[in-house]
Amino acid sequence: MLLFTCPNCGPRNETEFHYGGQAHVAYPANPAELSDREWAEYLFYRENTRGLFAERWVHSAGCRKWFNMVRDTVSYDVKAVYRIGELRPETLERAAAATAPDQPQQLAPAQANPNNASEGV
Amino acid sequence: MGNTALNTEVAALRRSPAHHLWTDFTVGSVAGERGVTLREVPFQRMVGIRVDPASDTGARIGELTGGLPLNSGDVTTGESGAAVLWLAPDEFLLVAPDDGEPGSGALVASLVEALGDGAGQVIDLSSNRTTFELAGPSAQAVLEKSCAADLHPRTFAAGTAITTEISKIPTLLWKTSDSTFQLFPRASFADYLGRWLLDAMTEFAAEGTPWP
Ligand SMILES: [Zn+2]
Repeated sequence: MLLFTCPNCGPRNETEFHYGGQAHVAYPANPAELSDREWAEYLFYRENTRGLFAERWVHSAGCRKWFNMVRDTVSYDVKAVYRIGELRPETLERAAAATAPDQPQQLAPAQANPNNASEGV
Repeated sequence: MGNTALNTEVAALRRSPAHHLWTDFTVGSVAGERGVTLREVPFQRMVGIRVDPASDTGARIGELTGGLPLNSGDVTTGESGAAVLWLAPDEFLLVAPDDGEPGSGALVASLVEALGDGAGQVIDLSSNRTTFELAGPSAQAVLEKSCAADLHPRTFAAGTAITTEISKIPTLLWKTSDSTFQLFPRASFADYLGRWLLDAMTEFAAEGTPWP
């Protein structure tokens, strides 16, 4: 069973929480000026990240408050928990990407999963 | 509210949500060093309070309740015998013994007055939840069968209260002493949770090797 650390309540069972999708999707400044396509993309289009992903969760069986979490979608490791309204914290991988601009921001598949390194051989 | 005689008559007709299980609770309670007892504490006064505890309004309400708890698990108790349980940074539940008063009673009226026109909410929720008291050396073991929260005394000490799930039922759990727990399930879950706890208590009545 996964333990998530609610910013208000501390470590609790994952079944006490509900998922709220990708975090930091900003509401459009002028929604009336968007085309139908842009509006649909705001409403429905989300990243499908392999690796570190910032997402919203609500502690529905506890304090009922929303918060943000950076989770590794491959390993389910929770890398950071932070409150609604706070900026996404620098995680180790992002800091590494920032110092090496040639590298893509997401982990390459071979780095994320060593088993893939032998693929195609 | 004017007709006191009628109010007394109505109060006598109240039925608590687990009243039909009281005999089962008595029969199912276990004495001894592995013992665990279960009973319903009916008609407690419960008041939902939503307010920013750092605001002036929060301070006015806190004056009546002996302060407001600021962290998860905290419980404050005032001179009135009422306790305030932390539910969220801006949400609290006041719990006090049955006062027998008709309607919302004087306590709620005084809290509403303290709220005034400040931002927040004071609502009598006495009928929302009932109270189960689970006590005895095996009480913690009974709860641990179906509660995922860490109930070990190092993280859940006497005097703290948390919001969690017991057998998937959203329940407030208040540890009032080292071996006594008060459970606050919503009224509609009282029958299910009462029977669930009775079932979980059964093994401690059996002869045999003590639970480790
Ligand atoms: Zn929480």
